[in-house]
Amino acid sequence: MAEEAEKLVNVICTFCGSVCDDVQFDVEKYKGKKFCKLGGSKFSKKERIKSPMIDGKEVSYEDAIEKAAEILVNAKRPLLYGWASTVNEAIRLGVILAERVGGIYDQCASVCHAPGTLALIEEGVPGGSLGQIKNRADMVVFWGSNPMEAHPRHPVRYSVRAKGLLIKSRKDRKVVVIDVRKTKSANMADLFIRIKPGYDYPIISALRALIKGEEDAVPDEVGGVSKAQLKELAEMMKSAKYGAILYGLGVTQSRGRDRNIENAIKLIQLLNRHTRWIIWPMRGHYNVVGAGEVPAWETGFTYAIDFSRGYPRFSPGEFSANEVLQRGDCDAALVIASDPAAHFPRASVAHLKKIPVIQIDPFPNMTTLVSDVVIPSAIAGIEAEGTAYRMDGIPFRVKKVIDTDYWSDEEILKLILEKVNEKLSAEEVV
Amino acid sequence: MKTEVEIISGRTLDQGETVEEKLTEDYFKAVSYCELSEEDFGTLELSDGDRVKVKTEFGEVVVFAVKNKDLPKGLVFIPMGPYANMVIDPNTDGTGMPQFKGIKGSVEKTDEKVKSVKELIEVI
Repeated sequence: MAEEAEKLVNVICTFCGSVCDDVQFDVEKYKGKKFCKLGGSKFSKKERIKSPMIDGKEVSYEDAIEKAAEILVNAKRPLLYGWASTVNEAIRLGVILAERVGGIYDQCASVCHAPGTLALIEEGVPGGSLGQIKNRADMVVFWGSNPMEAHPRHPVRYSVRAKGLLIKSRKDRKVVVIDVRKTKSANMADLFIRIKPGYDYPIISALRALIKGEEDAVPDEVGGVSKAQLKELAEMMKSAKYGAILYGLGVTQSRGRDRNIENAIKLIQLLNRHTRWIIWPMRGHYNVVGAGEVPAWETGFTYAIDFSRGYPRFSPGEFSANEVLQRGDCDAALVIASDPAAHFPRASVAHLKKIPVIQIDPFPNMTTLVSDVVIPSAIAGIEAEGTAYRMDGIPFRVKKVIDTDYWSDEEILKLILEKVNEKLSAEEVV
Repeated sequence: MKTEVEIISGRTLDQGETVEEKLTEDYFKAVSYCELSEEDFGTLELSDGDRVKVKTEFGEVVVFAVKNKDLPKGLVFIPMGPYANMVIDPNTDGTGMPQFKGIKGSVEKTDEKVKSVKELIEVI
């Protein structure tokens, strides 16, 4: 037993936005303990990119980095995209690099929770931490969110079965799931409400009307939900002592997008005249919050940032990765800790296939298939350390527990930045 | 025979578990199918293992058909990933976010083969 225990180290999971800090990893067997299925897969052995490559041929790190710097310096407007699955120290260098090469910085939230960012620019965000939800929330509404498949330990640790200061058991908390289909998460709810796809906005408006006491303004049915059920939900929300709407991509990726969240924030503002409510996004990648917060340190913006004029400009309709790719507005791309070739619509991938692409990632993926320069990296949280922000913005120091020959994202970006600076300084002298 | 549907894409546990192994058979299995309601499955006279062609104004893709008793008629679900992304709406309406959920389209039975991940990137 003693020998077994010595191999286990405490780690912090670097898969989803829950960033579980109570998990363990057996460094000898390369196997996790206490993880969910998603975290367990992260902390297990898989195929890696074996070596840096240029046009499919194996090269040294130095040669690949030299080529990457050359591509970035020669491009008029490179897109630097990804960042959600790496640490803040690497992201910081990425923002500096984007500025230096006059490129565009965008990150995975742009196809995830960025519409929520647009909403909070308009309305502010009445938010709270996961700890507050665990300790205080007697009502939790998962809206367009399926934590049982996307954040499997979130319900146990924070939002459904979690026991806290004021919430002593599952019975003390009402859980509602609102979705267009009966998901695995619907099974854990006290109340499941199925809505028609694309009807989030009018349903939120109906709830606002009911909470304001304007019942006559609500028709008998809204978006597939009866008025009686909406009244029941509105009453439950008003009666809660501390409620939380935790929303997912069902709201941000469907009709209405940012306007859905804006309306939901207005609902929360209204509820706060009666009781205490918060709203928070169920962020996906473990450090997608960092991918937004780190550029905001310098620029004030979290995504879709263009540096081509020498100063940062934010405009998602122009500078988000999908807009840029679909319009053919970038002539090279650096993709790090992400796989746009798999996760972007085909119209965007078509342009990615036409331009020089540099990839930095531990694992081969679909972007590897369209990349000219591939630079394998160490896995943050296992082979490299750094800081990550949990979905509620709480910082965690993720660990290095295994030695590796792979370079960390931070080391790779540091050298790319040095090479870019050398090349640009030489051009300036000439 | 063809049926009109609304398409949504999203995370599944299997998709998440294999997301860092995209060039493997496990990932292919996790993302290359389309769930249909019992009613739509019956209307299209589908059996387990059959393939369907999903079409929208933005593209088409062949995937395996899977019955899901919890889906309402007219709603189909494809796990997020390269297969769903062949048919979703790339327009962002100025938000930067393509419409990954709630796209009108059709589903029909087909004998065409389901492309591998590598074949899929070739045809884009």
